Amino acid sequence: MSLALLIEWAIKSVVIILIILGGFAYLTLFERRVLARIQTRIGPNRAGPWGLLQPVADGIKLIFNEELIPAQADKVLFLLAPVITVVPALIILAVIPLGPEVTIFGRSYYLGLASNVNVGVLYILAVASIAVYGIVIAGWASGNKYALMGGVRSTAQMVSYELALALAFVGPIMLAGSMSVDTIIEGQRQLWYAILQPLGFLIFVIASVAEVNRSPFDMPEAEQELVAGYHAEYSGMKFALFFMAEYGKMIAVSFIGATMFLGGYLGPFVDRWPLLGPIYLFIKVVALLFLMVWLRATYPRFRYDHLMAFGWKILLPLGLLNVVVTGVFIVLVGG
Amino acid sequence: MSLMGFLRGLWGAFLSIIEMLRGLWTTFRSMFETPVTYQYPEVKRPVRDRFKGRHVLTRYDNGLEKCIGCALCAAACPAGAIFVEAAENTDEKRFSPGERYASTYEINLMRCIFCGYCEDACPTEAIVLEHQYELSFTSRRDAIYTKDLLLVPVPPGGEPTPQNVPVGMFNRAIPEMKDPA
Repeated sequence: MSLALLIEWAIKSVVIILIILGGFAYLTLFERRVLARIQTRIGPNRAGPWGLLQPVADGIKLIFNEELIPAQADKVLFLLAPVITVVPALIILAVIPLGPEVTIFGRSYYLGLASNVNVGVLYILAVASIAVYGIVIAGWASGNKYALMGGVRSTAQMVSYELALALAFVGPIMLAGSMSVDTIIEGQRQLWYAILQPLGFLIFVIASVAEVNRSPFDMPEAEQELVAGYHAEYSGMKFALFFMAEYGKMIAVSFIGATMFLGGYLGPFVDRWPLLGPIYLFIKVVALLFLMVWLRATYPRFRYDHLMAFGWKILLPLGLLNVVVTGVFIVLVGG
Repeated sequence: MSLMGFLRGLWGAFLSIIEMLRGLWTTFRSMFETPVTYQYPEVKRPVRDRFKGRHVLTRYDNGLEKCIGCALCAAACPAGAIFVEAAENTDEKRFSPGERYASTYEINLMRCIFCGYCEDACPTEAIVLEHQYELSFTSRRDAIYTKDLLLVPVPPGGEPTPQNVPVGMFNRAIPEMKDPA
């Protein structure tokens, strides 16, 4: 491995982590501003122009917060849990290509870390499901009944909805005939899989919102019942890490959705000017993030038994049906 | 499950999806309404006439204080926020048209609940809850408003207290409830 390649990969890794970290900071602002507009308020607009320094102010405030570890807590697990939660959110983007191949200074670069891995989709599902351990461990280690209940709820919820999420991915995998993310994007050159797979896309949206514990599926943190759920006992930067994980996962899930169903970086003229690719991808991701905020502003939280019933009795059969229909379709039309 | 039951369930699901989409449309539409927010330090929302803000001690047109130091406000105060100490008026040093005046008048605004009972109790309408609501303090001492902070400025044409007035001009213990000339 040459030095240039090593530097290239290091830079790519840093960029991908920065996308999540910077995205996390500004997603909080984006969410607060959009929510405020939906509730006919203005939202944070004081720190800096248009409130753009608000995330910085929040970060500084959290750094100076007191770090409290409850006496009943299991100290090692308590400290480990935020890390386990945040790392999957940071590394999940590794298989998502941000754009096509570009040539700068006579050297061609591939805008993505490992998107040509032939089990990309499997990697996404595997990494996404690690995050649940962080939440469960956080709930267990806090030594707090609300935190424990939040943790237990999130286990059940994430395990249930992961099935539906995986089944939603099966559609694009079957259509593209590959688990490689690159091949799936190439398969959408004519038509997005969101159009070929409307049911799959719908299942993906619902299951992914549940997977990242966002309203209306934010059962693990249901403020009215569980104070704050699994992170009730966390403060300061450890709390911020949980927040970062939640928002990081939102971003990651939006990237995945844009890639699997909305054609990724593909768009008009992207072959002539490859640098348009990241811009198209960014627009699609922002649209999906807006959808998540919009859903939060609109729907009340599910009741817990309704949530489980919906996941197992409706979403999972629909996902299976979608796989069967896609299979029949492929056999009849010939892929 | 019968076929009819299944179809009815499907129809119900369809109807609820329509309702959910209507909900989304409602929240989306509200994004384009004018925000109701007042940009507070720059734009202040006008208060109603009956708004009960910080107290003031009022004066007559000639500059004499309305307060006669009777301490009925302190007696009426459910929070015990008011402290009044009275002293005798003389014609050389006259503060109020009555027999006595408030030499000390203090309101502890950390205790005050802004109920307005003091206003109701006052026989001379001296204490009034006005519209000042920006009442933040940085120390407990600053929360105690003394008489010089509560008293309104002398109206134009009036004279500041204590006034030197002719003997026999004011001879009532409690002034009449109209402006003494």
